[in-house]
Amino acid sequence: MTFVPPSIDWAALAPIVIVLGAAVVGVLIEAFVKDAVRRMVQVILAVVALGAALVTVAWRWTVVQAQGPAELVGGAIVEDTPALMAQGVVLICAFLGMLVIADRVGGEDGFTPVAAGAPGSTYEAQARRLGLVQTEVYPLVLFSVGGMLVFPAASDLLTLFIALEVLSLPLYLLAGLARRRRLLSQEASLKYFLLGAFSSAFFLMGLALLYGYSGSVRFADLAAAVPAMVGMDVVLLAGVVLVLVGLLFKVGAVPFHSWVPDVYQGSPTSITGFMAACTKIAAFAALVRFLYAVVPGLTWDLSPLLWTIAILTMIVGTVLAIVQTDIKRMLAYSSVAHAGFVLLGVIALTSSGISSVMFYLLVYGVATVGAFGLVTLVRERDAEGNVTGEATRVEQWAGLGRRHPVLAVCFTLFLLSFAGIPLTAGFVGKFTVFAAAVEGGAWPLVVIAVLASAAAAFFYVRMIVLMFFTDPDQDAGSTVVRTEGTTAIAVAVCAVATVVLGVVPTPILSLTSEATKFML
Amino acid sequence: MQDTPLTNLAWLLIAIPLASAAVLLVGGRRTNAWGHWLGVVAAAAAALLGIGILIEMLGLPEAERIHDLHLFSWIPAGDLSVDAGLLVDPLSMTFVLLITFVGALIHVYSVAYMEHDENRRRFFAYLNLFVAAMLVLVLADSYALLFVGWEGVGLASYLLIGFWNQRTEYAVAAKKAFVMNRVGDMGMLIAMMLMFASIGAVDFETVFAAAEGTNEGILTATGLMLVLAACGKSAQFPLQAWLGDAMAGPTPVSALIHAATMVTAGVYLIVRSAPVFEGAPTAQLVAAIIGAITLLFGAIVGCAKDDIKKTLAASTMSQIGYMVLAAGLGPIGYAFAIFHLVTHGFFKAGMFLGAGSVMHGMGDEVNMRRFGALRRSMQITWITFGAGWLAILGIPPFSGFWSKDKIIEAAFVGEGWQPWVFGPIALLGAGITAFYMSRLFFMTFHGKARWKESEDSANESDKDLPVQHPHESPLLMTVPMIVLAVGSVALGGLLAIGDTFTHWLEPVTGHVEHHDPVIAIPVLIGATIAIVLAGAFIAWRQYAASAVPVTPPEGSVLTRAARVDLYQDAVNEAVFATPGARVTEVLTEADTTVVDGAARGLGSGAVGLGTWWGRLQTGFVRSYASIMVVGVVLAVVVVLATRV
Amino acid sequence: MTNPYVPLLVMGLLAFVMGLAGLLSSAVIGPKRYNKIKVDAYECGIQPSPHAASGRFPVKYYIVAMTFIIFDIEVVFLYPWAVAFTELATFGLIAMIAFLLLITVPFVYEWRRGGLDWD
Repeated sequence: MTFVPPSIDWAALAPIVIVLGAAVVGVLIEAFVKDAVRRMVQVILAVVALGAALVTVAWRWTVVQAQGPAELVGGAIVEDTPALMAQGVVLICAFLGMLVIADRVGGEDGFTPVAAGAPGSTYEAQARRLGLVQTEVYPLVLFSVGGMLVFPAASDLLTLFIALEVLSLPLYLLAGLARRRRLLSQEASLKYFLLGAFSSAFFLMGLALLYGYSGSVRFADLAAAVPAMVGMDVVLLAGVVLVLVGLLFKVGAVPFHSWVPDVYQGSPTSITGFMAACTKIAAFAALVRFLYAVVPGLTWDLSPLLWTIAILTMIVGTVLAIVQTDIKRMLAYSSVAHAGFVLLGVIALTSSGISSVMFYLLVYGVATVGAFGLVTLVRERDAEGNVTGEATRVEQWAGLGRRHPVLAVCFTLFLLSFAGIPLTAGFVGKFTVFAAAVEGGAWPLVVIAVLASAAAAFFYVRMIVLMFFTDPDQDAGSTVVRTEGTTAIAVAVCAVATVVLGVVPTPILSLTSEATKFML
Repeated sequence: MQDTPLTNLAWLLIAIPLASAAVLLVGGRRTNAWGHWLGVVAAAAAALLGIGILIEMLGLPEAERIHDLHLFSWIPAGDLSVDAGLLVDPLSMTFVLLITFVGALIHVYSVAYMEHDENRRRFFAYLNLFVAAMLVLVLADSYALLFVGWEGVGLASYLLIGFWNQRTEYAVAAKKAFVMNRVGDMGMLIAMMLMFASIGAVDFETVFAAAEGTNEGILTATGLMLVLAACGKSAQFPLQAWLGDAMAGPTPVSALIHAATMVTAGVYLIVRSAPVFEGAPTAQLVAAIIGAITLLFGAIVGCAKDDIKKTLAASTMSQIGYMVLAAGLGPIGYAFAIFHLVTHGFFKAGMFLGAGSVMHGMGDEVNMRRFGALRRSMQITWITFGAGWLAILGIPPFSGFWSKDKIIEAAFVGEGWQPWVFGPIALLGAGITAFYMSRLFFMTFHGKARWKESEDSANESDKDLPVQHPHESPLLMTVPMIVLAVGSVALGGLLAIGDTFTHWLEPVTGHVEHHDPVIAIPVLIGATIAIVLAGAFIAWRQYAASAVPVTPPEGSVLTRAARVDLYQDAVNEAVFATPGARVTEVLTEADTTVVDGAARGLGSGAVGLGTWWGRLQTGFVRSYASIMVVGVVLAVVVVLATRV
Repeated sequence: MTNPYVPLLVMGLLAFVMGLAGLLSSAVIGPKRYNKIKVDAYECGIQPSPHAASGRFPVKYYIVAMTFIIFDIEVVFLYPWAVAFTELATFGLIAMIAFLLLITVPFVYEWRRGGLDWD
């Protein structure tokens, strides 16, 4: 047996290489650059890398349009329009998320000065006094984004698994870095890690079963082996279900959602925004590829499961969101409900299903980054009037619309988009996903989805009413801190995108509708 | 095809008020000085353009009066592509003129009415926004775009009801309206889904063309959902509860949105969807029944209310009940429904403005038991309100006579039990209407004054009465009232004589042969007038000729029930809110007891670790993990079950 | 037709049963007389250090352990590469150099940020 070295198309790999390369350079910067300028260098590197990767993705899109899709690195990764579309959407949200992460709102960034210090210890207090910063955040985010770029493009099960881990591990760490409420943050980190590892185990077990069934980890071989189901269908189905469990865990579908509220609440808010948007995009893109390209022959077997999960996800997410009193938890449960809505498009199994999912994810991602970005700005005051942690209790936002109309209007816009009110992007997103589901014959799901979104409107509207029509409670006084500008830019971009995508979605919709041909 | 330059500009109808709203909202305080006039100009410009289009349309032969203007392709998603386009035809133009003309008058009125409100600019921005959204609603050429306007007017209405949101109960009223409208909106969405599923399109042209060949079951379901949507927006039974509370908004808002235009959107929806209802007689019948119930419901509630605005709101509900009843009667009723809608738009808006004028002069008092004998101090208001009152009573030759009488006649047309039920109800409704509207009129303008001019009144019996200085409102307020009063007097006769209005709508509603009611028309007219006069006479005897107590008497069971809107809130609470809250509670309970309970149960095994951190941590993660395991096992079982 | 995985399944079941049987039987049959020595932590026969059972290890211990694991894994990759060195030729050489360089990056980070200073 002779070894044939795989040809490596560096141009096609450029987006991934740029992001991961920048992450590695970021680690070296941590090692060699002086404290005083390190943060600045890291921020510039991260923003430039994400921007450059986005431009490269756009360029590769034109190349793929002209020359057709291709296999890279011996078939471990493919470059096709759905992959590039997902990468583009991930990079847009990551770029905006990075702007929020990089902002030192109120004069300090959102991360602990020293992650290794025990909460409340003198060591931590000393680090805070010295003004240390944990700039490892930036390379970690870049590593995670690198994983998210590989995830939707992976074309064999092992690459898929490694991408999953590369995107997850930095997130576990980042979840524990919040500057305030350290215990909550560490708890979130540990929970996320344990449950993530747990789901990875299921994923890996499924992967093993699929390898056992087909004798190959390549998607193409697996897809070819699926129709041949003879005697081994139990192994195949169990493997597929376990792989789906791993992916559904990442998107936060019920019953694999338990981590979502705790982790979203405990993580640094800027990280929550990034994670909620980008992880979901990458995981859904991988899920769509897996269901549409690898195991389309199993639709009949899988649809009872997927229907059940979609229904549960929409209902549980919506109902539990209604009773939340913490904004981050409310947005977390709302993101669970949104996962259910996206599942509708996934279940449709039509080409408009793919494009609607992509569009929905873009819309959802943009509004999520914007909404969490705004949450970072609203702070509590203690008895002496010092600004402390984020004011995440719902009642602390009462009357915000009077004192900070611009902020409240932007937040309202994102909420309306989440609720799917016409002329916001969320409406078009929901509309296309529902239309695709109806087209795919899943109209009972659509009925439930419409009911769920009507019910969901309740808590979004309650929030709006609270901001604009309720007198602020003097005891729960909250204040808005100044941004360095980057959060403001990110929120403004998100707000504009939310409106524009709601009014003239056609250009983007026609773009996503070109991203429906999977290559194996 | 003739050239139609103005019609092609129909998009400006929407763009002008929208642009004005945008300028006012974005411009902020800088536009405070002239913002309200910009709002007035925008509304007036839209009205002028509307009149221009009308004149152009009148110059065309009947067959060419329907224009579909394509604007842009909005949502291309798979097989479904939704284009944004405007449908300019006699029906939509009728609404355009009503909205822009009455709207412009109310804008003018508001300049004076809101003069002392520091947020007047924002008020005008919302009003303009409302006008734009309402025009989108009536000009849309597809259900999807109509839905945009539908939600838009809902939003504007919500913002305006809650305009004085510093009062908690007003904000609550706004939320109530929003939530109840949401129920109707769901009907609209489901109707659209059904159309898309069965016909594959949601634009009027395709849907109506395909409606004939579509399964009656689907059409009935679609029709029922459309009726549900109409009930939400038009405050029809059983979704009527929000309208009374909506009176929390400033009075011009009540006049424009909650009397003349938005609340009639449901009637528009039913008439516009005529081809769907043609294939769904059950849905049509349901609409008629709902209209009949509401017209009685509103009328009964109206008899017991002491709040002048709430009485008018109940009356609006009742009058829209007439329109929905007419629309539910099928082709013979469509034109009359719209006709009554137009005349009602004038006289009811006029009366609301009159009520606003009374409140203006009486220090924002709304309780009619504190009014009385205002005709001397507010003569213009008295006369203009009187015109509206005679119109709603249906006294010939005032407007209401021509339109309401036609609906009563149409209700008596048909076979079987229907004419014998709908007809008498419509007739009875007219009598009750006469009673409560006369009650309102006499309690406000006639009888003895239940207030006093100054503190040092000689009369001992006056000592508990409030001091008021009623005065006539400024010109900016009285002129719109006068214009609307002229409409209340003459519009009906003008449009009804020679069936002008019915002919004008024919390109949309189709030509209908005359049907004879089961009772001869002259008898019907005579009976109607007799019952109306009887109602008015009873009211005169009770509220003008004899003294009205300042504190309301306890009243009969029916009166007490009517004062609390026939227990509508209690019913809603019991039927919808409580079970809904209970479901949520149960789920929360399950979350806390099952999930947390399991966590604590597991966690107690780890008490040795000592710290709360450890206990909570281990407990939660274990329980989460066990949820996941259960999920995985069930998932595998579900999938494999199909194989075994 | 027998599924080729049936023997595997049987073996798995057997292994499970054996393991469970051992645990159960010792729990049921075994004598339950505990003394201090019996419940103490077992440290390869030597006297257990007082901190091992209840206290914490210093965090530096973990850093060294993790550094060790990284190099351990590096070696795991180096062995097969050495075996197939001729076949993989230049491609393999370049790939391994890239791999080793990447492994070095976090090591450099650790060194520069004081992770290797014991005090």
